[in-house]
Amino acid sequence: MARGDKGSTRGARPPADRREWERDVLAPFLERSPERAAEFTTGSGQPLERLYTAADPQGFDAARDLGFPGSPPFTRGVYPTMYRGRLWTMRQYAGFGTASESNRRYRYLLERGQTGLSVAFDLCTQIGYDSDHPMARGEVGKVGVAIATVVDMEQLFAGIPLEDVSTSMTINATASILLALYLVVARRRGIAWGQLRGTVQNDILKEYIARGTYIFPPRPSMRLITDMFAFCAREVPAWNPISISGYHIREAGSTAAQEIAFTLADGIAYVQAALDAGLDVDAFAGRLSFFFNAHNDLLEEVAKFRAARRMWARIMHERFGARDPASGALRFHAQTSGVSLTAQQPENNVVRVTVQALAAVLGGAQSLHTNAMDEALALPTADAARVALRTQQILAHESGVAGTVDPLGGAYAIESLTHQLESEAMELIARVDRLGGMVSAIETGFVQREIQESAWKLQRGIETGERVVVGVNRYREEEGTKIPIHRVDPGLEREQVERLQAFRARREPEPVRAALGALRAAAESSANLMPAIVEAVDRGATLGEISDVLRAVFGEYRENVTI
Amino acid sequence: MSSRATPHRRIRVLIAKPGLDGHDRGAKFVARAFKEAGMEVLYTGIRQTPEAIVKAAIQEDVDAIGLSILSGAHRELFAEIVSRLREAGAGDVLVFAGGIIPDADLAFCAELGIRAVFTPGTAIETAIRFVEENVRR
Repeated sequence: MARGDKGSTRGARPPADRREWERDVLAPFLERSPERAAEFTTGSGQPLERLYTAADPQGFDAARDLGFPGSPPFTRGVYPTMYRGRLWTMRQYAGFGTASESNRRYRYLLERGQTGLSVAFDLCTQIGYDSDHPMARGEVGKVGVAIATVVDMEQLFAGIPLEDVSTSMTINATASILLALYLVVARRRGIAWGQLRGTVQNDILKEYIARGTYIFPPRPSMRLITDMFAFCAREVPAWNPISISGYHIREAGSTAAQEIAFTLADGIAYVQAALDAGLDVDAFAGRLSFFFNAHNDLLEEVAKFRAARRMWARIMHERFGARDPASGALRFHAQTSGVSLTAQQPENNVVRVTVQALAAVLGGAQSLHTNAMDEALALPTADAARVALRTQQILAHESGVAGTVDPLGGAYAIESLTHQLESEAMELIARVDRLGGMVSAIETGFVQREIQESAWKLQRGIETGERVVVGVNRYREEEGTKIPIHRVDPGLEREQVERLQAFRARREPEPVRAALGALRAAAESSANLMPAIVEAVDRGATLGEISDVLRAVFGEYRENVTI
Repeated sequence: MSSRATPHRRIRVLIAKPGLDGHDRGAKFVARAFKEAGMEVLYTGIRQTPEAIVKAAIQEDVDAIGLSILSGAHRELFAEIVSRLREAGAGDVLVFAGGIIPDADLAFCAELGIRAVFTPGTAIETAIRFVEENVRR
């Protein structure tokens, strides 16, 4: 088309280099047609250049920075064939009300092709209160299922083959108790612990930072975690004893770089604590798993997952001297971003979730939860949960992205963003190191303040309209859309309390007292706490009773808030 | 604090998190935005009992209480907070709320005497204006 323009020969050949392109093509174009904004940034505020080329990122070395999938530094994925071998696990986080009600939802999801379970517990269970504790009022069965006893746990998994499914449990301060309950249920069904696959979140550090379900102060909490590492390595070898989570850090308002920096810094703290407790790095590192947020900015998110993998491989091998390549392979679960969902025009959330889930898949997730469209309003209805699961199935079977490994690898923009996120996150980890590691950085409030500051900036951007949220600050509808909402039956709390009290009345009191006494002695010594907790739940001790023993020995954490 | 002695003291607001949920992003944002709008703001931190919230409100002599909750326990906890406030003779404190509160519960909140419920997507200016216009002076 340009041929013959003002008789110049320039239009006939492409620009020789970037400078020529900028001078001859870009500059006149911008003259006629300016860009929409002076600066472009990613969803979390990283500068985004107009154009990335083969010269980006500077100093890029494909052999060193990418390597091949299934080998360090795992930038392109943790398995050589990725989804050509096996699709990611479709694992929808669910749970509400009583054990039997949640059990029905799990069977509903498994019957529809879900491949792993993910249990949501109510806040009482997460914070170590039985359903009849005064602090439990109004909370029983609300954000998840209420579990206090081995009988509750048996009902939760009734008819579900524990030897075949993998079960993820979002549980932290009371993770040891919930794993103990799971183990006792398996043993009573005659299933060997070696056959059990699954994960407990068990990541207490991010509870102090972002999620809030801590009980004990950081140092005894770290002990509970390293005790579980040692116990699982010996007794439940296919179990992931931790899922080091950036998800909630991001939900609390962090940037993408902060999400991976603080998550990996938490990981460093757990590895260090396990080494200090005398464990061998290669004995447990391969069972560490991670959990990240899949947010709206597709390119930044894909880059984030890739950067996290590369960083972790380097950290494990260079910092901790791991020898087994599997010790540096960062396997992760992803969940689409809850805070990105809007209460306005909730159907639009299906589209947001699709983009976010696509980012997780292009970023090489091992398992994925897709949020339901109604989750800015309530827990999902069964119909909304089905659409969310179907979204993953469409990506897996129709979109084509599962057919080749790391499809965006080598894209100039993706490699540049990966590099940029890695640099920024490494700098943040260095700051945490200078503060004496993550436990100290949390105790001083550094991490919390960093995230709060980012959250403030992000929200200001929405308030000023600089950051567009469709349906909220632009493209609004006068008439709100009404969609059906899931409601937890308010009678459930009373029902659960009655079941619990009947259980307590029925059990033999003496073995319970003895087991709780033994647990207390173990907590006061340096013995591994897991065997004593398993014994206590087996004898009929409740979650609240076990938590109370540990509260008495370890004390309780109080947050230090600043605005 | 010194402004309390003046006839036009600044509006004092308690931002409180009843219940067990740790979702404090919204509460912290509101607290900071109110502060920048010129109010005196106290923030309780997470996991506060109704009793502790009412006690703090009275001790600090606040003009308004903003309750933030995302766990679904709002019906039980709001009712208890409002009744404890009345019992303590502080029934005239302006109470408003925010968080994940379904439309179906808005009438319930209004009946309790909760004067506004700001659900997700509310512009912060709306909440600031509401407090400024409705606080008893």
